[in-house]
Amino acid sequence: MQADAAAGAAHYGQLFEGDRADGAIYRDPGLFDAEMDRIFKQTWIWVAHVSELPSPNSFKTTHVGADPVIVTRDKKGEIHVLLNRCRHRAASVCEKKRGRQSVFVCPYHGWSYDPDGTLRKVSHNWGYDADFDPAQFPLISLRVEQYAGMIFATFNADAPPLAEHLGAARKWMDLFMKQGAGFGVKVLGQHSFRFPGNWKIQLENTTDAYHFPIVHKTFLDSLDEETENVFDVLGQGGWVEDLGNGHSVMVMIPSLIDLGEDLEAPIPERFAALAAELAAEGHDDLAVRRIVRAVGGTGFNLNLFPNVACSMAFFRVLRPIDVATTEVTHVAIGMEAAGDGAPSVTPANRARIRLHEHFQGPMGFGTPDDAEGWERVQRGVMAGDGVPILVNRGVAAPQGAAAPDHDAGDVSSEVGMRAAYRKWKEMMEQCA
Amino acid sequence: MTNFHDTVPALADLAAFAWQEADILDRLDYKAWLKLWSDDGLYVVPVERNAADYADAVNVLYDDAAMREMRVKRLLSGFSMSSAPPARTVRTVSRFVETARSGDSVDIRAAQILVEYKYERHRVLAADVDYRIAMTPDGLKLARKVVTLVNSDDALHGIGYLL
Repeated sequence: MQADAAAGAAHYGQLFEGDRADGAIYRDPGLFDAEMDRIFKQTWIWVAHVSELPSPNSFKTTHVGADPVIVTRDKKGEIHVLLNRCRHRAASVCEKKRGRQSVFVCPYHGWSYDPDGTLRKVSHNWGYDADFDPAQFPLISLRVEQYAGMIFATFNADAPPLAEHLGAARKWMDLFMKQGAGFGVKVLGQHSFRFPGNWKIQLENTTDAYHFPIVHKTFLDSLDEETENVFDVLGQGGWVEDLGNGHSVMVMIPSLIDLGEDLEAPIPERFAALAAELAAEGHDDLAVRRIVRAVGGTGFNLNLFPNVACSMAFFRVLRPIDVATTEVTHVAIGMEAAGDGAPSVTPANRARIRLHEHFQGPMGFGTPDDAEGWERVQRGVMAGDGVPILVNRGVAAPQGAAAPDHDAGDVSSEVGMRAAYRKWKEMMEQCA
Repeated sequence: MTNFHDTVPALADLAAFAWQEADILDRLDYKAWLKLWSDDGLYVVPVERNAADYADAVNVLYDDAAMREMRVKRLLSGFSMSSAPPARTVRTVSRFVETARSGDSVDIRAAQILVEYKYERHRVLAADVDYRIAMTPDGLKLARKVVTLVNSDDALHGIGYLL
């Protein structure tokens, strides 16, 4: 790619300076390979929410960067992230998306593994010398840690502890989980789609309020007046805040930061029917108010560099496929069912799902226009060399909104993108 | 169209109705499409292939009459960049089989093969389509349409038209 190759592998970090980036960051295949090594092999990558592994022997398959993995819960309840590759001749040992099983048997020659990765049995083992020790050939494990129910894994034995990596983002993760309304947070299902564009285009978008009234005009037009006011994301004194380590938060609806507060506020008209349904289920007045306040999710997007975001009422997960292809999964989250005989949260979860479908997904009122916009970026960036991508937008954040020592800007600012690219630059400059 | 209220539609009549709908959708004549539906009709494009109840599952879309109206308004507004213009589409519907019949409706299942074209790229979307076609005083109406894409539970792409 003309000038891109000249940039040179060692100098990828120089493609972002201050508040602008070179177009090569979206289109250079060599740079993409370096990102997989220097970022996705080096830092914490989100793989699952604990509710996706509800019991011993439950599992899901996913990816850490380009590498297919199985996320398992063993019979003792410990969570493992294992490369989905038999230690014999590399066949994948699981091709189901999720489920429960107490053993993973390689379909090729029958080697079998426990959910903690231990090689349980080698078929026809008489063909191996006596000194061949199966204990030396478990499925390869990644480091695994979790915070607020979000499970992360890394290939990097020297990566800092997850809590340190998340740093100031933890406060916002805790706030995000309040949408469980006291019941706990549970994954309800997901949308997945690919767009022909680089993964960082979507990374940027999570803290981009600037595009919202333009790209999502037809979503806003489909709302009642009350809800349309809620989604006036540029007009409510929100802000974007750099949380360090590439993470950032964009607060669009400041009144929906803490869903445990303001429970005495009147029930919005659009949720009156839901409130009545919940009361009929046997929830007391406070529980009804807590659920209704939480049902639309939080009023902020939390971007956790590099592959996951907590956005309103879903997790946004990025999977880079190649330099110009990205898979996005929107994991809808709801409230965990209480025990037997307790009032049901099903009406709230149904409401959540319908709200989710309204905006998100391949035929939502929002996502297809986002995906088209991102594709247009990828098409446009093929034009010209040395023409910068500008991420310099932003005036000062509202007084007192952000933590005093954090870089912050108004809600439409590109502070979050600059935060992510500073971390990107730091990681791309390290020698993998 | 013949009023079928007092007669039993043959598979050929039901196929003709499904073809009429497919033609309307390829021509983006969405206002005419809305009129093909009964008031309580349900339009679903699921993600999960065997959901016990689509109401409790995350779907690509789950539209009652009000959502269909809003969706059509959005697609025709000119302000949705994925729909103005959408990818061009050509679809065929075939392999019709009757799966159930009651006094006032017939269920049929069919195969739909759709090719879309935009930005010099063809994409193929294959789907099973389950129709419930109601026999009403106003003729045949869509009471239910469930479009299960062959890759419904894997990564799809932004779709700026109707399936």
